[in-house]
This record gives sequence, C-alpha cells and structure tokens, in this order.
Amino acid sequence: MALKEEQLSASIKTKNMTLIQAITDGLGTMLEEDERVLLLGEDIGKNGGVFRATEGLQERFGQDRVMDTPLSESGIIGTSVGLAVNGFKPIAEMQFFGFIYPAYEQIMTHVSRLRMRTMGRYTVPMVIRAPYGAGIRAPEIHSDSVEALFTHMPGIKVVCPSSAHDAKGLLIASIEDPDPVLFLEPLKLYRSVRDEVPEGKYMVEIGKGKKVKEGEDVTLIAWGAMVQVAMKAAEQAEKEGITCDVIDLRTLYPIDRDIISESVQRTGRAVIVHEAHETGGVGNDIVSIINDYSFLYMKSPIERIAGFDVPVPFFALEEHYLPTSARVYHAIKKTVNF
Amino acid sequence: MTIEFPIYQMMNENGQLVREGDKERLTDELVREFYYHMVRIRTFDRKAISLQRQGRLGTYAPFEGQEAAQAGSALALGNEDWVFPTYRDHGATLTFGANMARTFLYWNGRVEGCVPEEGKRIFPPAVPIATQLPHAAGAAWAEKRKGTKNAAIAYFGDGATSEGDFHEGMNMASVFKVPAVFFNQNNGFAISVPIEKQMNSETVAQKSVAYGIPGVRVDGNDIFAVYFQTKEALGRARKGEGPTLIEAVTWRYGAHTTADDPTKYRNQSKSDEIRQTRDPLMRLERYMKNEGIWDEGWTTQIQNQITEEVEQAIREVESYPKPKVDDLFDYVFETPTWTIAKQKEEYFQLLGGEA
Ligand SMILES: Cc1ncc(C[n+]2csc(CCOP(=O)(O)OP(=O)(O)O)c2C)c(N)n1
Repeated sequence: MALKEEQLSASIKTKNMTLIQAITDGLGTMLEEDERVLLLGEDIGKNGGVFRATEGLQERFGQDRVMDTPLSESGIIGTSVGLAVNGFKPIAEMQFFGFIYPAYEQIMTHVSRLRMRTMGRYTVPMVIRAPYGAGIRAPEIHSDSVEALFTHMPGIKVVCPSSAHDAKGLLIASIEDPDPVLFLEPLKLYRSVRDEVPEGKYMVEIGKGKKVKEGEDVTLIAWGAMVQVAMKAAEQAEKEGITCDVIDLRTLYPIDRDIISESVQRTGRAVIVHEAHETGGVGNDIVSIINDYSFLYMKSPIERIAGFDVPVPFFALEEHYLPTSARVYHAIKKTVNF
Repeated sequence: MTIEFPIYQMMNENGQLVREGDKERLTDELVREFYYHMVRIRTFDRKAISLQRQGRLGTYAPFEGQEAAQAGSALALGNEDWVFPTYRDHGATLTFGANMARTFLYWNGRVEGCVPEEGKRIFPPAVPIATQLPHAAGAAWAEKRKGTKNAAIAYFGDGATSEGDFHEGMNMASVFKVPAVFFNQNNGFAISVPIEKQMNSETVAQKSVAYGIPGVRVDGNDIFAVYFQTKEALGRARKGEGPTLIEAVTWRYGAHTTADDPTKYRNQSKSDEIRQTRDPLMRLERYMKNEGIWDEGWTTQIQNQITEEVEQAIREVESYPKPKVDDLFDYVFETPTWTIAKQKEEYFQLLGGEA
C-alpha cells in the first residue's frame, strides 16, 4: 500500500528545525497520535538518547511508552517482533548503526520474513532507527554505513532522509507503513542541516526520490550526507558550464526507478555517490536500473564514487575514506569527456 | 544471592585488614607496586581528559575510581597471558605493559593505538559491547590445546552482561573448561541505565551458577581483594579447572565518555561521597599510613616520575608522523584484492593531481 505525499499548502504552519529536532518532533507527533506506538532502546529514556533524538519524550509520555532497555540489540529487535505481531508499533533505536550487528540475526531471519512465512497472518509493522555514517570523528564501528546488508534482504524497506522536512515526513510514513522499515539517520546531518518542517502529522512517500537540483548534462544520485557532497560537486561543475541534475534517493529499498529514468534519459550521464563501500553497494543496483531502463540513452559509462572497500577507518583517516566533492567532480568530468 | 555471593574484602574503608592472616601476603614491595600503578593510571586518565578538553585528543572514556579493579587484576596476570579489554580498560592494559604513547594515539583516532607491544598479548579494545568474551574463551582454549599454563582475561562492564555474547562466551568457556577469567567491573551504570534496569539478578557473580563455574564478588575498590581473587582464578585456570567469573563492585566518578553528561541521569553527590570514603587510592594510602610504610618522599618521587612519563608520552604522540593514507588500504587483506588496489591507485592519482 503506497502512502500519498500530502501537499503542503500555505496554510500549514512550519517551523525551522534541525534534522534531529524533526525526528524528535515526528516521534512526539506519533506517540501523541497513536497509542500503539512505543519507543525502545538503550539510553533513550532519561538520557534522551546519546544524540538526544528522544529528548523529553519519556517525560511527556511516560516510561511505558518510552523505554530504556538493557544493553541487548538482539533482545530489542526480537521483543519488538513480538510486540509488533501483538498489536503495538514499536520503534526501536539502535544507538549506532554499527551496533546493529548483534541484532542482525533477528532482522534477517524474522523481522523481514515473518509476513511471507505466515502468508500475511503475522506482520511486523515496526521501525528500526539507526544513526549512521562517518565524518563526526567517532570511535571505531560507530561510523559504519552498511545499508546494502539490509537492501539485500527482501522484506524490509530502507529509508534515509537528508533534510529535516523529509526526516519527519518519512519517519511518520515509516511508522504508518504496514511493513518493517529500517530508518537511517545521517549523523553528520543531525545538526548541520535545518529547514522548514510542518507542524503535526504529514507524510513523505516511501519509495520516492527527490530532485534537489535541476541540470541538463549529468545526473548525480546520492542519499544521506552524500547529497551535500554531490551538491558541492555540482556547483563546482556549474562554474565550467556543466549542469547537473541532483537526485536525493531518500529510499534505498525500493528504489525510485522513475526519477532515475526520467533524469538519465535526459542527461545521458550518471554519477552515483555513496559513502558505503563500493563492492556490493546500493550503487550497483542503481547501475542495473539504469541498464534495464535507459541503456540506449546513455552517452558514457556510469561512474560510482563510493567509500573504498576497506573498513571505515579510525577517525584520523576518515576524511580520506569519505567521498569528497573533488572525487565526484572528477567523475562528472570523466562522464562528460568520455 | 547477595548472601551467597558476599562481597569479598581484605581491606576496609579505613585501610585496615579485615582478617588477621592476610598480613603476611602483603609485602611492602607489593603494596608499593599497587600504589605506584594506581597513581600512574590515574595520572594518565586525568591527563587524557584535560587533553580532550583542549582539543588535543578525541572523545575519551575515563575510568577514575576503577583503578583498583584494573590495576589489581592486571598485576595478577602472567606475562604470557592474554588480555581482552574494552574501550575503558586502558588502566589495565597500561599496567599489563601496553605502550602509553600508543594508548593516547588510540584516543586520537589512530589505528596504531591498537597495536600491542611486541611480546604482549593484548587485543584491540572491544568497542561493540561483550564481543570480546568469546575471543577470550577461544584464546584460552588454544592455550589449553597447546598444553601451556597460560590464561586469558576478558574485561567488561555490567551492561555487557545483557548481551548474547556474554552468555555465549561464558558458556563455551565453561563447556570446554578453558583457562579464562571473566572480569566484570560493575560500576552500577551502562551509560544512563542503572543496574536495577539492566538486570533483575542482584549480583553479576551469581550468573556463574548458570554456567557451572565459580563466581566471586569482590570489593572492586580494594586492590588487595581484586589482586588475590584474580590470582586465585588464574591459578584454577592454569590447573585445568576452567573459567571463573569475577564481579568487581566499583564506581566511576566521571562521565561515560567526554561526550556525555552524567548529571542528566545520575546523582553526582553520591559520586563525591564515594570518593571521600571508598576511593581505591585513598584507601591504600590509609593502609600504608596505618602500617607505617607511607613515605612522603617516595610518593612525591613516583608522582614526579609518572608525570614526566606521561608528558614524554604526549610529546611522542604530538610529534608522531601524520597518518599515512596507505594505511587505509594496506591492511585489509594480506594481498590487496583488485578492487582495493584499483581504488587506491585512483585515489592516489587524484591526491597527486590536487597537490
Ligand atoms: C553492541 C553495542 N551496543 C551499544 C554500544 C554503545 N555503548 C557503548 S558503551 C555502552 C554502555 C556499556 O556499559 P557497561 O558494559 O556497563 O560498561 P561501562 O561503559 O560502564 O564500563 C553502550 C551502550 C556498543 N558500544 N556496543
């Protein structure tokens, strides 16, 4: 069941917020709206989460709605499955995406396939929130970007906003979605982006990308913190008269193939930017989608600028791991000069 | 269960021995060694916090208050034993023989900080909670199969006991009767979550019952108790009697990390009170004074020596060569795959072109 994006009319009041404030606001809105919604995770109650995404929510909604759990990721996700099949809508927080690994077994073997296994008799309408990504000088494992491990597993949707407006709208859509959603929050953007966020409940449709910049020569496709890197490269290219269409994918599973096709069929060139490792990355699926729908329109091979095939390094070297606008710019030139 | 697992103490808060017979186990030399190591790691810890505040170090995980647990247990180890620390156990690793400059490097986001000294068997700090327990069980298992008398110790907090890996590691170790010591530092909190919300069991030590291994609960601020109980557990391990779970009940005064604010979830006045009454260093100082082995000159001398050692380590770190970009690529496999080789080549071309 697809959810409709609600039109923002001038009559809807908005507030300028950071991405993390938009998430807190979205969680608060849904706790208010639907008593089946529950929050659970490590340090999310009194402490308001290590990033303060759940700040003030336990005070507002009580310990029965916003629950500090023991340090047990598999336990958090496994109990969420039980809560979800039994009438609740759990929103589980992983303290960092890199700490989701102990819960991997639950997600892979149960969250994602309970619906299929019971022919729809049991469903798992839950959301897993996870801050992710490098660039904040965090210790080892805290900066992993392994979304492809989850897009590979059928049965779970994967969402990744890059603006405050989308963060709240996509979060609410994820909570309302009848299937499990992995909701990735780019750490680097938590406090570095701000935009206008409507008050109250609204949804941004899962599975739909967004054009964040219009251009004619090259299509740049990115998500999360890499949208800004792509934008910067596009601005640089523009100085040389190369204009870029920049797409924020917003959902990584299922991917918005229409927005990609429309754009690459016009530009004939594509550069995909993601911070996750290149091999087996979501970028490869985008290459396939372009191949499937737009092969004859392409004027040059598709470029991928990704994190290297190395574990996300300790922070002294993370600036070298992360794709830079220089690398993206270089790839843009390559496609144009092919 | 608190009755079945009473807190083992050798020295009370006033620095007096609680049993007569223990006196002869405590040579002046050993007592001074305890004191020296606790001062050393406390000095390191305080310096690390101040460097972090000056922006000369990344986020840091302090341990002040836990010196007796860390130094006492590490001093009980043999040189050939294995150490499996978490991100907070650099007090233990430094005592065991980790390099101080490298320990600072670790907190500056340098992977070099994970590389143990030649001949020292120290694993990199385990950042994902509880994942090091099965490793300790495995390394200990290997020692058993090789027929040595060596053992492995794994450090972990109270929060770690909720993870699956805690249980899997303990169970494997007990089933295969390996020479491992599971050393828990129960400081009452896992970030903001107090122990009452972490578990319904009254003690960590009692969890040993489920695995059929000895469990002991010690006063983690009493370095004598920690040292001798760890020695005993290691002795059992070396004799082929299998693993032990030790719960050292302790307290950390400061924040979880320098990025955290404990006043949000913790009453810090309790912390200050503990510092006045139960502090491991003060307690040992009281003991030394009671026993007439306190020597103002000696303590000033070691403090100066330690301060100089720490300053020297910082100079070393701050003049350390910049991280090499090659290091990003060169250690993932013994021989880089073509994907990594290609990515490295292209990246260096780009870097060269820019420079
Ligand atoms: C698998 C995993 N989940 C979450 C975290 C985030 N985290 C880091 S330390 C910590 C609390 C650990 O508490 P405890 O085991 O009691 O050790 P302490 O830090 O108190 O020494 C948490 C939740 C992590 N490092 N690994």
